Amino acid sequence: MSIVIEHLNYIYMSGGPYETHALHDVSLTIEDGEFVGLIGHTGSGKSTLVQHLNGLIMPASGRVLVDGMDLSDKQTDRRAIRQKVGLVFQYPENQLFEETVEKDIAFGPKNLGLNEAEIDRRVRDAMRRVALDYDALHDRSVFELSGGQMRRVAIAGVLAMEPRVLVLDEPCAGLDPRGREEILGLIRDLHREAGTTVVMVSHSMDDVASLAERVIVMNHGEVVMDGTPRDVFACGEELRGMGLDVPQAAQLAQKLRERGFGIPQGIYRIEEIRAEIARIAAQGGRHA
Amino acid sequence: MLKDITLGQYFPGHSPIHRMDPRMKLILTIAYIVGVFMVSNLPGYALALAFLYLVVRLSGIRFAYLLKGVKPLRFIILFTFVLNLLFTEGETVLFSLGFFTLTAEALESATFFALRLVFLVMGTSVLTLTTSPVQLTDGLERLMRPLQRFHFPAHELAMMMTIALRFIPTLLEETDKIQKAQMARGADFESGNLLARAKAMIPLLVPLFVSAFRRANDLAMAMEARCYRGGDHRTRLRELRYTRLDAIGALATAAFIAVVVLEGRLLG
Ligand SMILES: Nc1ncnc2c1ncn2[C@@H]1O[C@H](COP(=O)(O)OP(=O)(O)OP(=O)(O)O)[C@@H](O)[C@H]1O
Ligand SMILES: [Mg+2]
Repeated sequence: MSIVIEHLNYIYMSGGPYETHALHDVSLTIEDGEFVGLIGHTGSGKSTLVQHLNGLIMPASGRVLVDGMDLSDKQTDRRAIRQKVGLVFQYPENQLFEETVEKDIAFGPKNLGLNEAEIDRRVRDAMRRVALDYDALHDRSVFELSGGQMRRVAIAGVLAMEPRVLVLDEPCAGLDPRGREEILGLIRDLHREAGTTVVMVSHSMDDVASLAERVIVMNHGEVVMDGTPRDVFACGEELRGMGLDVPQAAQLAQKLRERGFGIPQGIYRIEEIRAEIARIAAQGGRHA
Repeated sequence: MLKDITLGQYFPGHSPIHRMDPRMKLILTIAYIVGVFMVSNLPGYALALAFLYLVVRLSGIRFAYLLKGVKPLRFIILFTFVLNLLFTEGETVLFSLGFFTLTAEALESATFFALRLVFLVMGTSVLTLTTSPVQLTDGLERLMRPLQRFHFPAHELAMMMTIALRFIPTLLEETDKIQKAQMARGADFESGNLLARAKAMIPLLVPLFVSAFRRANDLAMAMEARCYRGGDHRTRLRELRYTRLDAIGALATAAFIAVVVLEGRLLG
């Protein structure tokens, strides 16, 4: 199931004093099974773009096709699209409202009109995927949980729809390092085990480097780079010019290169730089 | 949509109208509306329109933008027009169909009533479009200050208005976001009967209230942390001052009212 975006434009508050042209002629295709990292400086249009993917906002011009169905088309069943493309907003814990964890996660499946048994299965499955203990937590109030737990309940609420494509808008924003690791881990597992297509918006180059197979860079509402992490993170100068940076491993590689160590170009992962440093250390010196 | 309402929106700028003292603008807006309500014939309304047009041109705002603000209210205006048409008594029968008779008096009173509403909306829109919310409440507070002698909570009221105005856009944005988040989980806010729709609001209202209370709490703490103790002994960053612009505005409005009154005497 692919998502095709053709010449997409979007304007906020068209005609008013604060008109913002948030997306300019964006065209791209997201293939089945990909893991896409979407990066860009604040205000570059990432959130606006991802809200087009399940028809929450409609293009000013251009098209979005999910599975061949045009989202602007009146005939298209929006709810079916939203089941296929699950969207986790930034700070999703702000949307929790039910009395218990179980009921909140069941909200989506209920809206799909599933039967009790299926809803129960999905709630348990979603809680397992986000590493929440069903027996201990299912009848707790959502407002009694810790921030990290609330975030996971919110993500489970979207997973319970069993989407083919999972879109996450800065899923780790505002979490401590441990919380980040947990969320990133569950996204990684979902992609590997269930084969879910993932689109992840992130401000952290390191998170993108460790997970994504493809990186899309946005700047002022346009897609300016689109390629493998290796290619994109090789363009340190351009990225810095847009208020972004390269992952720490790539920064370290660059610093070592400047000091005269023979580190090959295109290194951006922690494991790679670790291996390189080990190799140099084993050779016992500079200018290897 | 909520965003179509120009009443209450601010259109930033540096025109002479923008630079006038908010107190004077408040007074002159009220004076203008009183003037419009004194108008009793069509040339008078033409005059009121001409005056408004002049002010809007000076403010640099497109007149069409102001008219757009009247659009969401068209049903209310139409409704009052029809009501007046039906229930005003009169003698000069223009037209009669069954038990319905249209009299010249009813037509006149309905038209004038509708026009007054339109001018009321447009007049206040000019005020809010050219005055930032902060200035507006500042002006209101200063105008209400003499009432404090009678234990009228002018400062508290103004502070409450400032805070409300400050948070309306934030809460609208928040509502929009929560609504979208629930729609992403298959929620449907648009179809079903009244009961179903009311129930569909729960997933929207609960998070909204939670967030509003949290914001209110944060704000209260932030204000206390900065030693806010109410209106007494507070000094201001920007003192309000009347300038030549205000004198010109006052004279122009006074002239408008004088002409309206005279014209009413002569023609009406
Ligand atoms: N609801 C809205 N109303 C008006 N303008 C908006 C709205 N949402 C976003 N914008 C504007 O559209 C542009 C793109 O915003 P968007 O939220 O898509 O950026 P972003 O890349 O997600 O930024 P961030 O990294 O800060 O989340 C910005 O200039 C923003 O000010
Ligand atoms: Mg965003």
